[in-house]
Amino acid sequence: MNLEPVVQNLVFGLFVGGLYGIAAVGLSLVFGVMKVLNVAHGSLVMLGGYATYWAFTSYGIDPFLALAITAPLLFLLGLALNLGLFRFVTRLPEDDKIKNSLLISFGLTLVFENLAIRLWTADERAVQTSYSGEGFTVADIVFPYTRMSGLVVALAAILILHVFLTRTYTGKAIRATSQDWEAASLMGIDVQRTYVLAFALGTALAGVAGALVAVGYTVTPAIGLAWTLKALVVVVLAGMGSIMGAFGAGILLGEAEALSVYAFGASYREVVGLVLFILVLLVRPQGLFGRR
Amino acid sequence: MHIWAWGIMLDVHAISVAYGDLQALWEVSLRVQEGEIVVLIGPNGAGKTTLMRAVAGLQPPFRGRILIDGWEAQGQPPHRIVERGVVLVPEGRRLFPGMTVLENLEMGAYGRNPRRLREATLRRVYEIFPVLHERRDQAAGTLSGGQQQMLAIGRALMSLPRLLLLDEPSLGLAPLVVRDIFEVLRQVNAQGVAVLLAEQNAQMALELAQRAYILEQGRVAAEGAAQDMLQADHVRKAYLGQVSPIVEASK
Repeated sequence: MNLEPVVQNLVFGLFVGGLYGIAAVGLSLVFGVMKVLNVAHGSLVMLGGYATYWAFTSYGIDPFLALAITAPLLFLLGLALNLGLFRFVTRLPEDDKIKNSLLISFGLTLVFENLAIRLWTADERAVQTSYSGEGFTVADIVFPYTRMSGLVVALAAILILHVFLTRTYTGKAIRATSQDWEAASLMGIDVQRTYVLAFALGTALAGVAGALVAVGYTVTPAIGLAWTLKALVVVVLAGMGSIMGAFGAGILLGEAEALSVYAFGASYREVVGLVLFILVLLVRPQGLFGRR
Repeated sequence: MHIWAWGIMLDVHAISVAYGDLQALWEVSLRVQEGEIVVLIGPNGAGKTTLMRAVAGLQPPFRGRILIDGWEAQGQPPHRIVERGVVLVPEGRRLFPGMTVLENLEMGAYGRNPRRLREATLRRVYEIFPVLHERRDQAAGTLSGGQQQMLAIGRALMSLPRLLLLDEPSLGLAPLVVRDIFEVLRQVNAQGVAVLLAEQNAQMALELAQRAYILEQGRVAAEGAAQDMLQADHVRKAYLGQVSPIVEASK
């Protein structure tokens, strides 16, 4: 039996999985800390993609270098969204909080999608760098440069987030707030400020994911909900609130999809994630890395 | 006209608290002086926890005032109240289970001033609870009940409080462990920290405290010196009633 197509699929699965992971980590961070489901997360990924595209076509900035601009830009957008909208939701009791946050973020999805159509039209966009389509080959397995760099960027972003959450006082306050916000407030942590920071970080991570989408795949104004769904599946796989677990689950989903493409053909690709989703909910409702 | 006097750290003045349509406290007043131990006893559902949460800023009163050293604390968020030196060890301990013992303690010293002094405070807390030093890198969720309560108290001490509020610290703990915890409270108080303690274990609590309040159905039913309470008929019957015959015989 020829193993080469299997290995090649696994390699691509890893690249895609890294992207799923980075898209899901932002959503998981926001959900875990604020207990708010931001359905517009995928739209933020989309905006990150367009920001990268715009920096590249208008100013010729390399998409990976552009992260130094796009990530802070999305961070600021996250700050604005929280201070302007979500801040009023997070003070509500648990039930109203989840309902109202769903309404607001669904609304935002529509707003961002139509805004993107006006600004960039509904055409598919992608960043074509001079090294797009090139790569190196090891034992007949192809490693495209853009995808490789994308995975490295995703890993770096996760590593930075991990160090921030485990080594700094502010990062630990974010974890404390996600585990028990009332107790956190009794420690002297300003919970509302922690929410603002977590949301802005989640948005910046969406921006990073968006940049990787623009480089490796295509961006259209309509991809928002699809990315939200993908990220949501990954977050549930990992366990709600397991921030680092989301990255692992992303890789897992990427590999599962890749293997299914090999085994059943590309048309069943989307089914795999949902089947996994249901299986995990049945067998391990707290998620793969969740605590109960 | 309500007058604030020197030496009164916490002055709860006629507060009423409600959860939605359900009123839990009715014009409750209570005072804690500097360095004092005050105990709050009463049956389940009397409003002890609500009163504690109101003082800590988690459940703001809809009427009445809460003064901390004369500063209007009602309606302030919890983190502002911690800054003023009043910290709550909540019912059920409420640790951060996925974080290590040391991280939990660090969170206790979150405020600017406590954070600056945290190494010294940490040494002090480890002196009081050596077991927390032994287990510093262990996840808080894996500690035993008694150790978790010690961590909850240690974490509160990290904020350098002048008034420590404790809500049912003995709940679910073995009698020997409860004795240790009460001994620690005595020790902490000896260092000048005032204590307001809500407790089911009325006998031990009254022996520890100088003054006591009895809360019944959301109102203060009685208040006075803890010694007198130990003697009072009403208190003996309602809260110290179950004197085991074996203990009686052994006297």
